[in-house]
This record gives sequence, structure tokens and C-alpha cells, in this order.
Amino acid sequence: MSANSNETILEVKDLKMHFPYSTGSLWTKKKGFIYAVDGVDLSIKKGETLGLVGESGCGKSTTLRAVAQLYKPTAGSVCLKGQELTTATPAEVMKARKDMQIVFQDPYASLNPRMTTRDIVSEPMRIFTKAKILSLSKTEIDERVEQLMERVGLSRFFKNRYPHEFSGGQRQRIGIARALALKPDLMLCDEPVSALDVSIQSQILNLFKDLQEEFGLTYLFIAHDLAVIQYISNRIAVMYLGVIVELSDSAELYTKPLHPYTQALLSAAPIPDPAIERKRKRIILTGDVPSPDKRRIGCYFYDRCSKRMDKCANSVPKLRDAGGGHQVACYLYHEPA
Amino acid sequence: MTDDVILQVKDLKAYFKLDEGLLKAVDGVSFDLRKGETLGIVGESGSGKSVTNLAIMRLIPSPPGRIAGGEVEFMGKDILKMSEEEVRKIRGNKISMIFQDPMTCLNPFLRISTQMVETIVLHQGLDKKAAKDKAIEMLKLAGIPAPEKRIDQYPHQFSGGMRQRVMIAMALSCEPEILIADEPTTALDVTIQAQILELINDLSARLGTAVILITHSLGVVAGMCDAICVMYAGRIVERGNADEIFADPKHPYTQGLIKSVPRLDKISTQRLYSIPGQPPNVINLPDCCPFFPRCERAMDVCKTKYPKVAELSAKRSVACWLYGEGK
Repeated sequence: MSANSNETILEVKDLKMHFPYSTGSLWTKKKGFIYAVDGVDLSIKKGETLGLVGESGCGKSTTLRAVAQLYKPTAGSVCLKGQELTTATPAEVMKARKDMQIVFQDPYASLNPRMTTRDIVSEPMRIFTKAKILSLSKTEIDERVEQLMERVGLSRFFKNRYPHEFSGGQRQRIGIARALALKPDLMLCDEPVSALDVSIQSQILNLFKDLQEEFGLTYLFIAHDLAVIQYISNRIAVMYLGVIVELSDSAELYTKPLHPYTQALLSAAPIPDPAIERKRKRIILTGDVPSPDKRRIGCYFYDRCSKRMDKCANSVPKLRDAGGGHQVACYLYHEPA
Repeated sequence: MTDDVILQVKDLKAYFKLDEGLLKAVDGVSFDLRKGETLGIVGESGSGKSVTNLAIMRLIPSPPGRIAGGEVEFMGKDILKMSEEEVRKIRGNKISMIFQDPMTCLNPFLRISTQMVETIVLHQGLDKKAAKDKAIEMLKLAGIPAPEKRIDQYPHQFSGGMRQRVMIAMALSCEPEILIADEPTTALDVTIQAQILELINDLSARLGTAVILITHSLGVVAGMCDAICVMYAGRIVERGNADEIFADPKHPYTQGLIKSVPRLDKISTQRLYSIPGQPPNVINLPDCCPFFPRCERAMDVCKTKYPKVAELSAKRSVACWLYGEGK
């Protein structure tokens, strides 16, 4: 299931997403920006899975939504199969979405409770037919809904049922069927297994892997669970406060984490084995993730880093290759430019 | 580990009468909690973990719920037979609870000081001044910087991790015998989770508090607990000491659960094991093994009768026909 071609399907360059906010009353008004995503570079090859991991508020979901053009990025470029999306017209963006579908985290909130499974799964096809991007007849759509449902592990006899009649895992299968409906190349998965129970989580993870093999799908996969990300991804990007601090091959990241944040993150993740847990040494980070509403002049991780140096306070480290495609943004591994 | 049991739960049953039928949320749960021990209750959503602990605290909303039977013996007395007044003296004092979402448990309109002082004055009979000092001391123990200042703030001025620290400080302020932690870190990030678990570990050891830790995360249980109960569909399917359960799980459900979690320490590209099927609907559950439709080793007897609990050793038991008499 490794990347089987060198064709780059998604190229993201210096993506920024800043949200304006204002607080206070008329007289004490303060305006500013939340720097949710602050310069992200990514490229995903056809057939691979790029995992995006980080704590809440680090900008994972915002990155995904800016890629999908659900948000208009403040700056930067998003290039899907050679087409620039940030400057594209709404009609062009819609057309591009045929190749890029999203699976959301909460299978309760992302399905319309008043629509039957058939309506939900067929909706993308109906919309794209209406917009004359696809031309599918009613029977074709119906057939495809049944195929899709069977493929994701739901009986087609359930097609007239409503979301509340399904369990969490089954709802997530409906969400996946809907995302597959347009035969996309790229699936953007926003924590699709975080809301599921342990025994169901592994079923859905395996489903993602099978679908990838069968349809040659490419995934941008978000999760906060490091073990999940490791299982599903070929390469992993670790995000902190709106920037990528480390990007590497999946196995390499776990055996040889370079960034102090990645090291802390890995050591904090519990391992389901008491014998190992007792022997492990934890790097416990102090403090919380700072609020992303300030411009940073130094390293984003400076406040919580145990290995900080003077030079870290004065300039932001950029993502640099530390050998073998393992990229890290940390002055422990390269000097400030 | 000493052997004095401080909480003994015997055949506890909590049922809810719903329009759809009778929901046996907890159906015959038994376990012992020893002094200073950390007991983990693991299970998936709907398995009855939280209801078990609400029943222990007599907090089941009635109607629709009721405690349908069993005993909860705490320091020689059955909590289920106590008067409301007696229970109130135990709740928050001898047994306290922390929940998953600290924001919904703290009153957003009251300062932290008001909320903490109230508990301490009520249960420990201190005057307000002394109670506030005690509260500050507890916040300090819970690792809140500048507690003298922060105690006069409101819950929304704290971050998620800090709020959970406040909850822990509050729960431990009366030096309870037992702390029930219901998914205390589920809403938190991994790095904050590690901080909070460390804090619970550290404080419970220092104060000699026994902890019941409810969680769905096997990783959390592995790092924290001495003993484990695995719940499925309202019953404990396997019970034992943590090392034994992880090293040699007996019940097919426990085996499947442990195998289906991706692990950080064992990087493999092999396909993950997954338990087939869905968790059962516990409404109107027939009296068979609730796991048999998903079980690889199901036998005919599993479809007709709930397995007898097989005692494998003093602390180890499993409810499965593969073991004990049914074998």
C-alpha cells in the first residue's frame, strides 16, 4: 500500500489561515487575529496516506478545511492535480471537489437526521448531475448507492433507514460511502475514528485501508491518537500551533523522533501493556498549548521546550531536511539562517 | 498491597425502564476495592461502566432508573440501605467523583473559591477562612500555579487541563477514602492527559486514596491500575490483576479488545485485528452470553445461557463458557 507512483496529487505551499476576531466593548475594543494555520507546506503523492497529528487547537482541521476550500485561505497555494484552487472560481472549485471528498469526525453531526441513507449517499451524485458535471440517471444513482453501501459493509436493505437507526460505527460507514460516491482521488479524513469505540475503530481503520487498495485512494488523515496515525499513514506530519514541526516517514518518526515536541508527544501516549508502561520514562510537558493569537518571533514550542536555547527565542526555525527526507523545524538540528 | 477491602460491591443491578423496554444497564456486577488500590473499569460506550459508579454513589435518576438489587458495602455499611442524609455525608466526603467534562461539573456562575469552600465547610466543619486556606493548599497540590490568585477566578478562565486539576483538588479536598474518576482524561490532549494521570497517581498515593478509574482506553488502564474489570453489556466479563489480564487475557472479548488496538511500540504493517459486528443493544437483552454473536469461539451453550462466572484464582475470574464448569 505504499505510494505506487510519483505523481503528486496535492501540493500545499505556505498555507496560512488567520481568523480575525474582536473583543471588548465599544471603548475597549481590541482587534486581532487567531493564527490558526501559519505557513504549512505539504505534498501528497498518489496512493499514499499522509497523517496529520497534533493536539487540539494546533490547526489540523483548519488545514484540512482550507485545503478543501471550505475556508478561503489567507495566503498560500493549494494545488490539486495541477490546478490552483485558491484563485479558482467557485464553479472550478466545485468541479475540483469531485476529486476531493471529506469524511468528518462526528458521525452524529455530519449526517442530516431527516435524510434516509439513500438520500445521504446519493446526494453528491445528485448535486453533481444537476450541475451537469456528471450525467447519471436515477437508476444508475440507485445502483451505485447499493454498491457503495455493500462495499462499506452495510446491507443495502438499510437504504431507507434514517441515521438515528444506526450505531456510531455504522454511521461512519455511511459517511465514508457518501465520500466515495463521486469516486474521488483524494479523501480528506478529519478524525474519522476518534468518536468510535475501540472494537469499532479497528474495523473502520481496516475499511480505510481496504478501500485505499481497491480504489487507489490518497488520504490526508487527521487523528490525535498517535497509534492510529502510525497504523494508517505512510508519512506523518506533526503540527504544533499552526505549523508543521516535523515531517517524516511513519516508521522513522516513531523510532527516531527528532523534535522535542514529537518526543514528548510519543512518550505521553499510553501503551496498552502494564509491563512496558512501568518501565517507560515519560517526558511530561509543563503548561498548556499557548493561545494562537500572538505573532511569534521565536520557536512556537519555546515556552514548553526542555531543550530550548537562546537562539530559539529570536527566530522561527524552518522545516529542514535532517537526512533521508526526515524534516524537522528545530535548531537542535540546524543553525538559524 | 494490603488486603483490607474498603468497598465491596455484590451483584449490583441498575435497571432503567424506557418506552422501548427494560434497559439492564448494570446487571449483576461484583468487585472489591482494596485500600490504596487503583481499580480500572474498562468497557465500550454503553457497557455500564458509568452507571455502576453512579449506582455506588446512589446517583441513579429515579424514575426511569432504579437499583434493582445488590449490595454496596462501604466501611461495614450498605450504602444502598442508607438514608438519603447518611449518603449525603459520604458523597463528596468519603467518596468523591470526577467526571469527563470538568466544564459541566463546575458551576460557571460561581468562583472556584465559593465552590470549593462550600464542600469543605459542609463536610469538615471548618470555618470559611480555614476552608479557603485548605482549598488553596489543595489547588497547590494539584499543580495550579498562583493558587491564591486563581482561586477567585471563574471556571471559564481555566483551560481544560487546569479545570480538571481544579476538579481533582476539589474531589480530594475532604481526603476521601475513594476517588471515582469517570473518564477523567478523555476530553484532554495526550500531553495534558499524561499530566493529569500523573497527578491522580501521585496524590492518591500520597493521601492513601483508593481510585476507581473508568475508561475506554486500554493504554490508560495499563499505566495506572493494579486491578481491572472488563465490562460488556452491563456485566463484568473478566476481572483480575492488570499484569495478568494484559499478559494472558482469558475472555474472547478481552482478547479481541487488546488485539484490536494499534500499538505505538510495535510498528507493524500487518492488518489490525478487529472484533466483527456491533456492540449489542442492551434493551431487552436475552439471558444468553451477550458477546456470542461477535465471538469466534461461540458454542451452542453460549446462545442459551449466560455463562457462570469461573473463579480462576482469588482475584481472577471470567464469565465465559470456555472456562470452569461449562468447559
